[in-house]
Amino acid sequence: MTTLTSDTAMDELKAYIETVKKKARPESYLIAILHKAQHLYGYLDKEVMNEIAFIMNLPTAHIWGVATFYHYFNLTPKGEHTIAICLGTACYVKGAGDLLDTLKEELKITIGETTEDKLFTLQEARCLGACGLAPVIMIDEKIYGEMTPKKVVALLAHFRTEK
Amino acid sequence: MTAKNIAIYINDKPYQVQPGQTIMQAADLLGFHIPRLCYHPKLSLEGACRVCIVEVEGMRNYVASCAFPVTEGMKIHTNTEEIRRARRDIVELILDNHPQDCHICERDSNCELQRLAHTMGMKKHHFSGDRKRYEKDVSSVSVVRDPEKCILCGRCVRMCSEIQKVHNLGYAHRGFKTVVIPAYDMPFKDSVCTACGQCINVCPTAAFVEKNYTQELFQVLGDSSKIKVAHFAPSVRAAIGEAFGMEPKNLEKELVAALRKLGFDYVFDTQFGADLTIMEEAHELLARISGKGKLPMITSCSSAWMKSLEQFHPDLIENVSSCKSPMSMMSAIVKTYFADKLQRNPADIVSVGIMCCTAKKYEASRPEIVPSTDIVVTTREIAWMIKSAGISFPNIPGESFDQIMGLSSGAGAIFGATGGVMEAALRTAYEMYTGETLENIEFTEIRGLKGIKEAQVVMNGKEIRVAVVHGLGNTAELLDRVRKDNKYHFIEVMGCPGGCVGGGGQPYAGLNAIPLDEDALRKRAEVLYSIDRVKTIRRSHENPHVQRLYKEFLGKPNSEKAHHLLHTHYHAKEPRGIIPDHPIVK
Repeated sequence: MTTLTSDTAMDELKAYIETVKKKARPESYLIAILHKAQHLYGYLDKEVMNEIAFIMNLPTAHIWGVATFYHYFNLTPKGEHTIAICLGTACYVKGAGDLLDTLKEELKITIGETTEDKLFTLQEARCLGACGLAPVIMIDEKIYGEMTPKKVVALLAHFRTEK
Repeated sequence: MTAKNIAIYINDKPYQVQPGQTIMQAADLLGFHIPRLCYHPKLSLEGACRVCIVEVEGMRNYVASCAFPVTEGMKIHTNTEEIRRARRDIVELILDNHPQDCHICERDSNCELQRLAHTMGMKKHHFSGDRKRYEKDVSSVSVVRDPEKCILCGRCVRMCSEIQKVHNLGYAHRGFKTVVIPAYDMPFKDSVCTACGQCINVCPTAAFVEKNYTQELFQVLGDSSKIKVAHFAPSVRAAIGEAFGMEPKNLEKELVAALRKLGFDYVFDTQFGADLTIMEEAHELLARISGKGKLPMITSCSSAWMKSLEQFHPDLIENVSSCKSPMSMMSAIVKTYFADKLQRNPADIVSVGIMCCTAKKYEASRPEIVPSTDIVVTTREIAWMIKSAGISFPNIPGESFDQIMGLSSGAGAIFGATGGVMEAALRTAYEMYTGETLENIEFTEIRGLKGIKEAQVVMNGKEIRVAVVHGLGNTAELLDRVRKDNKYHFIEVMGCPGGCVGGGGQPYAGLNAIPLDEDALRKRAEVLYSIDRVKTIRRSHENPHVQRLYKEFLGKPNSEKAHHLLHTHYHAKEPRGIIPDHPIVK
């Protein structure tokens, strides 16, 4: 996630929309614009969607329909680190359920939520293509294999101290 | 120009039809009514419900007849055993994700889904599964949204975006969780909803209904310490019969009698308020024409238009007349002049507006409108109350309005039809401006259901250009023209298609009828024009009781007292709405 102040982020978003507006049928680029906004802000903020509505001259109800249709779009702010726990068959058989319990207990959140200190967002994944290392979790872009509840606690502690 | 007919077969019988139409359109003309749900002739094709499927020989699957064009030699089957079963299954699947509580539903016996289940011959439930669960959104004072009743036909979404161009409603979320809702899952009260209630009119079920105030009203009617005053809009008398299975007809006298039987102490006519509105509005127009204020002047009677103005067109606020609507003028006079006459405390008087409109509930709740209308009920609500109270409407001896605010001119009656306010205002403004009698008082060019109507009137050699528009979508289009080329002096805006006769509170379309049907709107309007034709007084300024009100109480039109009681003002409002393809004024 890029950490930009909202002003520079908004400038970049507006610049992007300006390039899109020169194309034929600019309204068909709404998904791309929302991707850009999410990339800049980490999630789709209501104020940002309002701004897109004004610049693109599209009703907010329409933008909201698209933003809620695709699971990729986050509608709430995400934590600094995203933890994706694989609940695919291999990982599940190898004890991913226990890992999830540990994560929930340690972070005091459930899947789809963000910790109060905004450090972690917990997500579920269905197979990250690393079944040989099952059970795995992915933090940000990195896979951590052969996990146990104990290793999970240690990993979280590592990220917390890194902060 | 008609094209050469093509041959099709429906249920093995040959027919000649025009090409370029859908199977459903061709079948309709030939007398086959294919069942349907999401289809509406005034809205874009959705093809969502699949209820209108038919078999076309040679096609692998059943086709949706609403969207499939006829072709030469096409062999169509509308009523085979298989298609009947498939259709019944589709309706059953819709119903199994729907609360099966018809007997306690607002639309019981007037629900398209219920009728469809009956015609399909549904006798039992074969598929039981999860049902969607949602809270009702009762945040708005006008419109209640109940997503559990929603079958996702999308008529409301198309109505709100295509005809009204409000774009408040959209589909949000996905799959089983799909829901029709304003942006950001906002409660209605915070959304751009203008309260016009057209979603209610086109909804086949009770997913949208008006906020119901009948219990509050029954309670007030039972309170002997209060003086209960009713006043009803022109369009109510024209349409209320439809709630009792009749054609549009003037039931003014019967309604007065029924309201007295319900317990009202006084029954006044909102048409008196309309005459009063014209006195104020015509004077305001003449003042603006003589240079005091912006032109064009735009009318302000339609409450859905008021909210639309504040959210979508705030740049034109100064163009809008400061006159309150006839309903709000009525309540203002009831609680001052009339209270004085009775020598009673205004707080003891309950002013009840019976309106064809859901947005009038919103208007009554606007904090700047004081004294306000205490309760507003729609034509539908009052029809239910009359039935519920066991009054044999409309077969009761008619009665006349109470006096002081019961006499009205023909100009007041035509307020309910698109163009009526303009026509009424011109009848008065012309005579005030020129001092001459207007010979031909019927302005036929601004009557009827054309989206935007224009006319010119010459007054003392000065050409006054007017425009009349109905439906908020048409309004957006006209206002764009005004921004580009400000050539008009006076514009009438009505938020609902057809004007108040097509209001969001009018009786539901009956059996085999479709909501928004233009014939029905025309018939309701014709009731009002026929009331006008037989009146001896057809100009608002000739109403002797309005004259008396000015003489005894208000002074002159646009006097300080009149301004205090009969005028209001508007402000830009959040959320700012967006109308696609229209310039945004920031």
